[in-house]
Amino acid sequence: MIEPRLELTGITKQYPGVLANNNVNLKIMPGEIHALLGENGAGKSTLVKFIYGVQKADSGQIRWEGKHQEVSSPNVARKLGIGMVFQHFSLFDAMTVEENISVGIVPELAKGDLANRITEISRQYGLPLDPQRYVHTLSVGERQRIEVVRCLLQSPRLLIMDEPTSVLTPQEVRELFKTLRSLSEEGVSILYISHKLQEIIDLCHNATIMRMGEVVATCKPENETPRSMAEMMMGANLIAPERPDRRMPGPVRLTVNSLSVVSSNQHGVDLKDINFDVHAGEVLGVAGIAGNGQRELMDALSGEVPVDAEECVIIDDHKVGRSGPTDRRNAGMGFVPEERLGHGAVPEMSLWENAFLSGAQSMSLLDKGFIRTRESADYASNIVREFNVKTPGVENAANSLSGGNLQKFIFGREILQGPGVIVVLQPTWGVDAGSAAAIRQALIDLAGTGAAVLVISQDLEELFEVSDRIAVICEGVVSSPRAVSDITVDEIGLLMAGISEPSSSAREATYGH
Amino acid sequence: MAIRLEPRGEVSQGMIYGSPLVAVAATLVSGLVLFAILGVSPLDALFTFFISPVSSLDGWTELFVKATPLVLIAVGLSFGFQANVWNIGAEGQLTIGALAGGGLALLFFEAESVLLLPAMMIAGILGGMAWAAIPAFLKTKYNTNEILTSLMLVYVGLLVLSWLIHGPWKSPDGMNFPESRLFHDQATLPVFVSETRLHIGWLIALAVVLTSWIVMARHIIGFQVKVIGMAPMAARFAGFNENKVIWIALMISGGLAGFAGMIEVSGPIGKIQPMISPGYGFTAIIVAFLGRLHPVGVLFAGMLMALTYLGGDAAQIELNLPNAVTGVFQGMLLFYLLASDVLVKYQIRLGPSAPIVFKAGPSK
Repeated sequence: MIEPRLELTGITKQYPGVLANNNVNLKIMPGEIHALLGENGAGKSTLVKFIYGVQKADSGQIRWEGKHQEVSSPNVARKLGIGMVFQHFSLFDAMTVEENISVGIVPELAKGDLANRITEISRQYGLPLDPQRYVHTLSVGERQRIEVVRCLLQSPRLLIMDEPTSVLTPQEVRELFKTLRSLSEEGVSILYISHKLQEIIDLCHNATIMRMGEVVATCKPENETPRSMAEMMMGANLIAPERPDRRMPGPVRLTVNSLSVVSSNQHGVDLKDINFDVHAGEVLGVAGIAGNGQRELMDALSGEVPVDAEECVIIDDHKVGRSGPTDRRNAGMGFVPEERLGHGAVPEMSLWENAFLSGAQSMSLLDKGFIRTRESADYASNIVREFNVKTPGVENAANSLSGGNLQKFIFGREILQGPGVIVVLQPTWGVDAGSAAAIRQALIDLAGTGAAVLVISQDLEELFEVSDRIAVICEGVVSSPRAVSDITVDEIGLLMAGISEPSSSAREATYGH
Repeated sequence: MAIRLEPRGEVSQGMIYGSPLVAVAATLVSGLVLFAILGVSPLDALFTFFISPVSSLDGWTELFVKATPLVLIAVGLSFGFQANVWNIGAEGQLTIGALAGGGLALLFFEAESVLLLPAMMIAGILGGMAWAAIPAFLKTKYNTNEILTSLMLVYVGLLVLSWLIHGPWKSPDGMNFPESRLFHDQATLPVFVSETRLHIGWLIALAVVLTSWIVMARHIIGFQVKVIGMAPMAARFAGFNENKVIWIALMISGGLAGFAGMIEVSGPIGKIQPMISPGYGFTAIIVAFLGRLHPVGVLFAGMLMALTYLGGDAAQIELNLPNAVTGVFQGMLLFYLLASDVLVKYQIRLGPSAPIVFKAGPSK
């Protein structure tokens, strides 16, 4: 009988106030690609920390190839043959690929002809990489390859991948999967952490599903549908957003005209001649890989970074290009930034103060310079009630809410102000599936009332779910929007990678004009 | 093995307000040790230092006289500190405020007008504001560090003072001492407890505490100040103008420091002399933090700090200890306050440093 490569039994970890892992069992066989699936906060990262030796469990056992094993530090883990590719890379921009790899591995491995070994491994596994390139010149996908190659140099027998595809184009995802499959055929076990269900079905042999610190199910993904796995993950029947029949969209409510912005941040992305319209009753999605100008576009639309000419941004006949957020709110715009804590909300402040933060003008919460506290609290209570925010009360601080609840609160705050135009960046980033579904539904419903909705997101599934039209942002350029029914995932992937539109589909899909 | 600080999961709200009390207690204990080493009976010394100054009505009124400038300045500084505007130059703003207010008293030396005093107050406030406007302008326009600019302007301000009283403002009948003439009654703050030095400046300080409490808790300016301090991005999101808040914070703190300077020269001192303040502008920084940047906390912290000044005097007279004892006590208090603030938020762990996944070694 073959021993499992890794077997966890009865892993339990108590954090102050949270049982992060409760009696978790997990078994991975040699060559198996095993998915660890769960919402944010389900306990996946905690569990992985034990395997990689970053933290110690309160109780439970780790067996490595049949033998009881203490993994007391990442060094021990690496010696055993456990490699990990983190979601956030640890790379030095000003160093070459080779130098980056050499500082991240045990000194013995860094000696000798490292560059040749890097080239060899990258060829063997289809991970093209030039050891002499500087990291700052590489795309995110290429940077991830450095991390993967760094792990592979150490001939791992278990490779842990934490949300590896969140920064990749669909094409890059396919390449990565090829590499992972060939590793698996050589007998390397892979623990694949994700919440992207279709990927798990495509790639993984087995899946362990966690919810609130416990293993709630194990399954063979090939026998499941994304929906059935999502339901196991959430413990409830998943409600796909309902959308009314495609309506004829109304007049243009948001116009972006020849918008160009030179980023003030040296690592920022310049926006180059962006043009699009969003109509009343329409959801326009903007897809793109992280770091291609999404933040800069959001800043330019919200007015946090005003642009050079008034005509660049027009909200319902109000030219607001040079105005700040307050004027744009007065013109009927609402917006939800990417960061909940510290940008969309003040973490240490109460919910009612955070309701006041953006609602002061439109909800008349200000009286001769003084805050109308009762009205602000009423407004906050309305948000809590209508958007089903779980909190003991509006006196509680924003940072006491879970990510999903706070995001619902922030969306509620903007939507209850009745915006004519709303711009949102990464609306469901790090939000549990239940809240994400509620937020998407709220955006579709808002469009149903005649608002123009612009969703900038890296999550393609989400964009296909909510959008009427989709455009792609790549290196600060936004492609012309196309109707969802008229564009495929592959086409979007090419646009995301910066490969210009194939001529066959160059026609514009716009409504009525 | 290394000592490291780990963030505590849950920070107790009670301990945030308790930490000043812990700091005071630790200061007292250290004081006992300090006095023992200096060869005086520790309990007697503590009594002399902290109790005897306030064992009479006279003592209390002196405490309020000393607390007045501290509270005024610290309330102003708290505004800025909450918005991450670090005005360290209140001592300079105090000096220029004193010169502006006192200069008016000298200019209208013979005037017998009830308007003189209000005019001096306004001049004092404007003087402090003008001095604080320099760091505000440099910060909003050129992004200079206001800690440096405001601090350096303290020394410029003191030199301006020195030049004036050695030159143009020197008293004609002062036997060449570097001092101005004594202000007339019309230019002197009225005393409201007879037979003492307690002037109406204390009442004004109390009113300022109350007003700024209301502004911080309920007014949009207080809200903007807090949001900019806690989450600058959220302030941008809300459309608050950061430069405006920087200006407001520096104008409030500069204005109140200038006002405090005017009150000193027009109240207890009664003239312009080489030393207007025994470092109130700097001590007020401790007061602001000890009072948790809250106006009411600042009121009590200001009184405690005033007590260290009085206690230092008493220790000199009765115990023959050097005046540096005052500074030592103030320093210890700030040190313990910062330490207990850290320990409220972090816990000390002994052991190997936190696991680092990749050790950055020297690149070849």
